[in-house]
Amino acid sequence: MDISTLLDPFSILHLPLADMANDFIRWLTSNFRDVFRAMKVPVKILLDLIEDGLRGAPQTLIVLLIGLLGWQVVNRATGLLAFFAMTTIGLIGAWDAAMTSLSVLTSAVLLATMAGLPVGILCSRSNLMWAIVRPILDFMQTVPSFTYLVPVILLFGIGNVPGVIVTAFFATPPLIRLTNLALRSVREDLVEAGNAFGASPWKLLWAIEMPLARPTIMAGLNQTVMLSLAMSVIASMISVAGLGRLVLVGISQLDMARAATGGVGIVLLAMVFDRITQGFGLTRRDRNGHSLWEQGPVGHLRALFSTSQKTQDIPTEEETL
Amino acid sequence: MTTTPPVHCKNLWKIFGARSAEALAAAQAGKVDKEEALKQFGCVIGVADASFTVNEGEVFCIMGLSGSGKSTVIRHVNRLIEPTAGQVHVEGRDVMALNATELRNVRARKIGMVFQHMALWPHKTIAENVAFGLEVQNSPRNKRRSAAEEALQKVGLGGWGERYPDQLSGGMQQRVGLARAMAADPDILLMDEPFSALDPLIRKDLQDEFLKLSREMKKTTLFITHDLDEAMRMGNRIAIMKDGRIVQTGTPESIVLRPETDYVARFVQSISTLKYISAAEIMTNKPVMPNAPVFGPSTPLPALLDAFKQGADHLAIKDGETVLGRIGQADVLATVQSDLARV
Ligand SMILES: Nc1ncnc2c1ncn2[C@@H]1O[C@H](COP(=O)(O)OP(=O)(O)OP(=O)(O)O)[C@@H](O)[C@H]1O
Ligand SMILES: [Mg+2]
Repeated sequence: MDISTLLDPFSILHLPLADMANDFIRWLTSNFRDVFRAMKVPVKILLDLIEDGLRGAPQTLIVLLIGLLGWQVVNRATGLLAFFAMTTIGLIGAWDAAMTSLSVLTSAVLLATMAGLPVGILCSRSNLMWAIVRPILDFMQTVPSFTYLVPVILLFGIGNVPGVIVTAFFATPPLIRLTNLALRSVREDLVEAGNAFGASPWKLLWAIEMPLARPTIMAGLNQTVMLSLAMSVIASMISVAGLGRLVLVGISQLDMARAATGGVGIVLLAMVFDRITQGFGLTRRDRNGHSLWEQGPVGHLRALFSTSQKTQDIPTEEETL
Repeated sequence: MTTTPPVHCKNLWKIFGARSAEALAAAQAGKVDKEEALKQFGCVIGVADASFTVNEGEVFCIMGLSGSGKSTVIRHVNRLIEPTAGQVHVEGRDVMALNATELRNVRARKIGMVFQHMALWPHKTIAENVAFGLEVQNSPRNKRRSAAEEALQKVGLGGWGERYPDQLSGGMQQRVGLARAMAADPDILLMDEPFSALDPLIRKDLQDEFLKLSREMKKTTLFITHDLDEAMRMGNRIAIMKDGRIVQTGTPESIVLRPETDYVARFVQSISTLKYISAAEIMTNKPVMPNAPVFGPSTPLPALLDAFKQGADHLAIKDGETVLGRIGQADVLATVQSDLARV
């Protein structure tokens, strides 16, 4: 070995990472193809269900329903915002793409929440679990988002269903991280008080720890929603339809009109989607002492109904204690 | 007949730190004290060899300075922390022998706890806070609601149930803490410096109210305080802690009149003995006249003073027919003088 190899060792020394990655994926695809196929099925069912609903129903109905949902879950102003945002999306000619994006987004966020919350809760309970999950999250969050596309194509193929999977995968880490953090930083004396009154671990989690951790967990959910939307353009490279594809085509063909339509559509959809998901995290106190179904359109209907029936003017209180 | 005491701790040790077993052995052998244990083993001695019994219906005070281990002791009673050595019995049952379900039942039904820093749940309404113990026991909603309202009435907060803790003043929050501890009607109350955070006037009100309530409801109370005056007012008996050890246990009178160590003596120095002193401690061994008013040896000073005000020259102290001694006006003055000199 001469001096030049000592100074420039990498000219002859190699770690065959590229080959290893290749072999690994090949091994996965050849041995577990059926497993990955099977994993697509529930995702496809979920996505089809949402997409059929959103695309099958009349546009007017969807605009009104989303507006009413905003009003029901948050307040009248959010309802109006949602109404006008959806109308604008329709007016700029992005309706169909937006409905596809909304289905992919809803499915991905649902999956991310269903995976992220339980994993986050488990991580907060066990230091071992967190020691295992933490480096995985670090990895998932530093790998550039484009990198996810290759294994997803190889394992799941292309199209909307793999799009949902890659989006959910990309968007889950912050929810896990913040759920874990939120639960670990709940005031210890408040947990101790729960214990002192004989609460079971389950009761403690749902009656005391989760409500106290709620604001931080909701911040995690917000990140999940935002990352899902950010992924929509990237995911369109594996042939996911929707607003992201408008932007991608716009970029590749230098078609400003399409890029702008897709871009504005994404921003409006992001606003509506985020406000409504955050609304699900509001407490009774945030809603001035009303539960979700005692306010908004449903609350008004119920009030109307009970006045005509029993001449009461206040919606019946459902759950005080 | 001896009844099993509600709370009984025997040779309780709690040592915090990784090498607690070694530190325990050394401390039990008397080789290290609190300071040495920290130096040699990196362990903090929280409680050292504490034994005490709380009898039914009494208010038992544990008094000590900050860091003396009071909160650590009280947390052992409902096993919020586990002892390094020693035993804790609640109504005759070893709490360390309870399984998870039994422990939860004891916590939910037998013991109510009030915390040093209130620890009300900010996301729950006052009524929800108070009813939590019942919610844990799955009692029906309307029963929970009425029990919460009743408990709030008792502490003078009827009608506040729909508010949230941060809408109440500190004194009111502490009352909520009290109501929460009592709502499930437990037999034993654990109170960790419940009134320390309050200003003196409100504190005195709450002390009086609590004494009244606890007598009415016949609760057994383990009451923690760092304030000797409070301990003297509240406690049927008092245990004084120093560096994790209980240095003296006794009635307020015996602590003030007969401190067993210099530490306790310095503590009670500021307390006037006049309220606690009785005829036996004042009398002298002189002959009495047959017409002198007669009192028992345990008569407190104020009653003796009344007799002097009615013109008695001296008093005869008798146990049945035996004359124990005599108290003249000069004896009373000497007592007052020595009490004044103490402080
Ligand atoms: N979880 C813990 N880990 C380590 N040391 C602890 C822990 N809890 C208490 N200690 C130590 O045990 C000793 C007794 O603490 P404790 O809280 O019982 O005191 P205290 O008498 O209640 O004081 P205060 O009046 O300030 O509440 C202290 O030296 C404290 O540092
Ligand atoms: Mg304390």
